[in-house]
Amino acid sequence: MRLWALRGLRTQRDLTGFPRTLELAPGMTPGRPVDGPAAAADVCPTGALRAEGAATVVALDHCVHCQRCRHGGQPMHWREDIAWSHGEGAPLPRAFAHSIHVRVLDAGDCGACLAELQQLPAPQYSLHRLGIFITASPREADVLLVVGPVTRAMRQPLLDTYAAMPGPKRVVAVGACAASGGVFGPSFACAGGVADMLPVDRVVPGCPPPPLAVLEALLAVMGRSLPRAEDAP
Amino acid sequence: MNTLAELLHALECDAAVPAAIESGAVLALPLPAARLPHAAHVLARSQAHLAGIVCEQRNGSFALRYPFWLPRGLPWLELVIDVAPGGTVPSISPRLFAADWHEREIEDLFGLIFSNHPFLGNFVLHDEVWPEQAFPMRHDFAFTDADGAPSPYQPQQMLQAEGAFLMPVGPVYGGVSEAGQFLLDTLGEEITHCQTRLFYKYRGIEKRAEGMVAADALLLVERMNGTNAFAHALAAAQAIERACDCSVPARAQTLRSFWAELERLRSHAATIAGLCKSTALAVPTSLAYQRVEELLRLSGRHAGHRYLFGLIAAGGLAFDLDDAAARELAAQAQAVARRLADLAEELLFDNSFIDRLEEVGVIDAKVARRYGLVGPVGRAAGHVSDLRREQPYAAYAECTPRVAQAAEGDNLARLRVFLDEAAESARLLPLLATQLPAGTVRGTCATRAGAGLGWTEAPAGASTCFARLDADGRIARLRLMPPAFANWHAYHLAAERFAFQDFPITLASFGLSMAEQDR
Repeated sequence: MRLWALRGLRTQRDLTGFPRTLELAPGMTPGRPVDGPAAAADVCPTGALRAEGAATVVALDHCVHCQRCRHGGQPMHWREDIAWSHGEGAPLPRAFAHSIHVRVLDAGDCGACLAELQQLPAPQYSLHRLGIFITASPREADVLLVVGPVTRAMRQPLLDTYAAMPGPKRVVAVGACAASGGVFGPSFACAGGVADMLPVDRVVPGCPPPPLAVLEALLAVMGRSLPRAEDAP
Repeated sequence: MNTLAELLHALECDAAVPAAIESGAVLALPLPAARLPHAAHVLARSQAHLAGIVCEQRNGSFALRYPFWLPRGLPWLELVIDVAPGGTVPSISPRLFAADWHEREIEDLFGLIFSNHPFLGNFVLHDEVWPEQAFPMRHDFAFTDADGAPSPYQPQQMLQAEGAFLMPVGPVYGGVSEAGQFLLDTLGEEITHCQTRLFYKYRGIEKRAEGMVAADALLLVERMNGTNAFAHALAAAQAIERACDCSVPARAQTLRSFWAELERLRSHAATIAGLCKSTALAVPTSLAYQRVEELLRLSGRHAGHRYLFGLIAAGGLAFDLDDAAARELAAQAQAVARRLADLAEELLFDNSFIDRLEEVGVIDAKVARRYGLVGPVGRAAGHVSDLRREQPYAAYAECTPRVAQAAEGDNLARLRVFLDEAAESARLLPLLATQLPAGTVRGTCATRAGAGLGWTEAPAGASTCFARLDADGRIARLRLMPPAFANWHAYHLAAERFAFQDFPITLASFGLSMAEQDR
């Protein structure tokens, strides 16, 4: 019989300062392209980069982190942050500001987004401390978190899960596939993301988005205000 | 049958015996279709291991290839047959059961009929969402939602007895889980019959790759299974390199092994963490996921991506890692592996944990051989094969891994093999980091038509890829034969005869990806 609780207590703390600070340890995020020279747009395989005059504009929803624009002759500028989710949906009512239940739904994900979500309860992120719980039943879920481009066979299960959730409810699309179809869609087998099926309240681009980017989006859905990199001095 | 000459003689292919042939070469043996079952029968009784079946449409007719790998020192063999339009293919499944799912997949996606196959039908394309006559892999496939009328789906209860019931699990079920369905028949406590219904995540990767340039196809292959992206993309890159006769610089070869071992270490750590989670041990689960996160951050810091996306390129690697960084990375990964080993030591002395694993989810050696199981799942059941040793690629000819194995085939044996392999990867990393040759990491690839086979030992087992390029260097056919496809085939056998509460543990101990299976 092992005393695992004692073993746990003896372990050194390794928790991120997020959301108090935006300070990041190396390797926590792959970062993202922000702006750069016009020529860089040519190397993008998914059309996430578009030349506009002398600069290149980034459509992050389409970025699959292939890193081509980072290592070419005229590289894009790269920002190592995590607060890049966006969305028009209103946050949940105030009653949800301290705790939500999340139903994660795989709609054809490659495994990387799910693996990042699996890291959320890890000691480095510990999502439970923020009052966020992953639940099995859609009946007790406030947020539907969808990964993957939505394959043909997962369309109906996705709609059924959403219908089984009580209101008020919010939908968060996580990853390039759920945001735009990514490298897979739209095609004969996949939709071009969750927005083709359901109203999406918040999108977390990235291939895959790091755990903190997902956490930031969930806090935004809860209506908690957060520091953003743009606001930093 | 130990020599190539004897094997070829038994296959009645004496004419094809080459003067000198070695590991890493692929020997194609064209056969009349009628002789195929006999050849499969011979190979099933030899040391040959079926990698999969490649079907190619050539105008109206079809060409089928059956690649087999042989042990170290011998080449790959590839049986090749032609099928006329409207013709049937003799099924080899009755003689070589590992071909079963491959034949079913081709039947579903190409509409080819395999005569004498024990069970064809509803497999990749579920009847409730796809019309009956849709064959996506055919060149003339064009599809709109208006085509055909799909038939509704109702799970079938197999066990007919008093008190028997069917428990369908999925495609949406507990926690952070992949989309797939398990149909569990039971009389109560024990699972009597388990059916895995996969392909909810079919994304049509092989079809989508057609017409793409090689570099873009590699992005797709990386995302077949994002957690083992590097290994699968490496198999595809090697296939493409063979197709266009591209040479890879020595530095890139060593670095490819280096990144592949880092990925294996992280992937195995994640499997071990999943196994802790399935037994509801909160502290070991947290400690194991902490290790996974440390390895992810090491990848993120040195490769720019936590899952090593964008690293592989046809002809080598997209970017270099300098020698000092490689040594630092290897030392840090080794430190993480040591912490993982410490945790494992504590786990293996925890009786309540061992009780849940030992003699549960058993796959015996006969089943492992019959189903052609690969990777840690096969090796834990005494069916030992590792492509790094049998058919070395990248830098594995000089840096040969010790292959972990066990005979019991239960959940505990699989855990032990995952642990041993993680430790072995951690041993190889510094060796590879200190012997990095100088030079560039990117060779040049000619633009020309051709076809080639590539293979790697991915964390979950042998991953084989066939690529055909057209004259413009675009993909004409990309066939992905990942390890999950071989291992899911036998998963139900490990779940049956055991209690419901063992099911998630057995599932976790297999460490299989559904995304990789469905493609």
